[in-house]
Amino acid sequence: MVIWDHIGMWVAAVLTIAIFSLLYRDNPFYRAAEHLLVGVSAGYYVINYFYASVIRKFAVPVFQQGDLWLLPGGILGLLILLRLSRRTQWVSRYAIAFYVAAWSGYLIPSVIQERILIQLQGTIPPQPGTVPWDAFLGAIIVLIGVISILIYFYFSAPHTGVLGRISQVGITFLMIGFGASFGYTVMGRVSLLIGRFQFLFQELPESLMNM
Amino acid sequence: MKKTGPVVFGFLIGVLMLLHHFTPSSWIGDRYNNVLDWKQVVFGITLILGVISLFTYHWKKIERRAEGWGYSVITVAGLIFMIAVALIFTPERGPYPWMFDHVQAPMQATMFALLAFYVASASYRAFRARNFHAALLLTAGVIVMLGRVSLGELIGIDSVSTWILDFPNTAAKRGVMIGVGLGMTATAIKIITGIERTYLGKGA
Repeated sequence: MVIWDHIGMWVAAVLTIAIFSLLYRDNPFYRAAEHLLVGVSAGYYVINYFYASVIRKFAVPVFQQGDLWLLPGGILGLLILLRLSRRTQWVSRYAIAFYVAAWSGYLIPSVIQERILIQLQGTIPPQPGTVPWDAFLGAIIVLIGVISILIYFYFSAPHTGVLGRISQVGITFLMIGFGASFGYTVMGRVSLLIGRFQFLFQELPESLMNM
Repeated sequence: MKKTGPVVFGFLIGVLMLLHHFTPSSWIGDRYNNVLDWKQVVFGITLILGVISLFTYHWKKIERRAEGWGYSVITVAGLIFMIAVALIFTPERGPYPWMFDHVQAPMQATMFALLAFYVASASYRAFRARNFHAALLLTAGVIVMLGRVSLGELIGIDSVSTWILDFPNTAAKRGVMIGVGLGMTATAIKIITGIERTYLGKGA
């Protein structure tokens, strides 16, 4: 392990403890680490995307390979910087309109395909007898769940009578789903916590021993 | 020019993106790919705008010696340092990847790990089983959490956890996904046709 890696481990350890110090109460060490994270992250991502998009998708193709079809991308990008001045702010609307409309046009077919048609296809239960009974029962539960949730999200009629009772079933499914997602999220965070403790109490002492 | 121009421009771009799916024309296909590339360039430059905005906010705080200006110095220093080392040494080597490995990644992981404590304390207050649905949410959450650790396997709850994830959870996710999909499609159509234009800001 080179010296910079050792120094890096110590820096990471100090910053990790500084962030964990919030568990005691808000303090200057936590605030300093938090502000450092904001600055470093902003710098990291802007450089990363600048190289990946502006350099690779604009500067290299236009100025080195002469692909002029990519020139409008750079012009639209520069228009967005005009937002910084009040007088020229309106010009940046062209770039924003371009970005939002391009996303919208791109999304419509893919959303209909992936989020609606494929999901509906997966909701249709298989023919009885072609799959084990428990899988068939599961497919029926999923079908009931999806229909009742969609009825719950239907706001054009008051949720009373039959509609109200079906939407109550939908809420039941949603609550189980939210609970499961919550459990999954907590376990994800706990595994990150374990990872940080492993770093502090295992990797760091090992690095000290190897110095 | 100021109001209608961007909406018409957005309409043309949106229609081009849609047209690609209904025509075999290679010219339309090439322009579709161009728009995808332009979109990435605009995104990259928009991030620069965001960084300028962040820098200006903290710089003004430092200039005015506003409360907590010392922390703003740290943010500005971190930002300038990352950009400077990437430009001097390139992003592939030198202090830039070192800063990511030893400063940003550990701090980000710790921030998310910290949420484990806050989620636990917040959920204790929020989930006190006040009614049937709250109890259901709490029970499903506890079963899934137990099912993911060895204790769950020991008390035989892991199969219940798997069943919840496979069926009721799939139904919930699918229902929400279809609902969101329908909403996204409707919003996208409204944006392209110019009915929805709040994203352009005040006065549009």
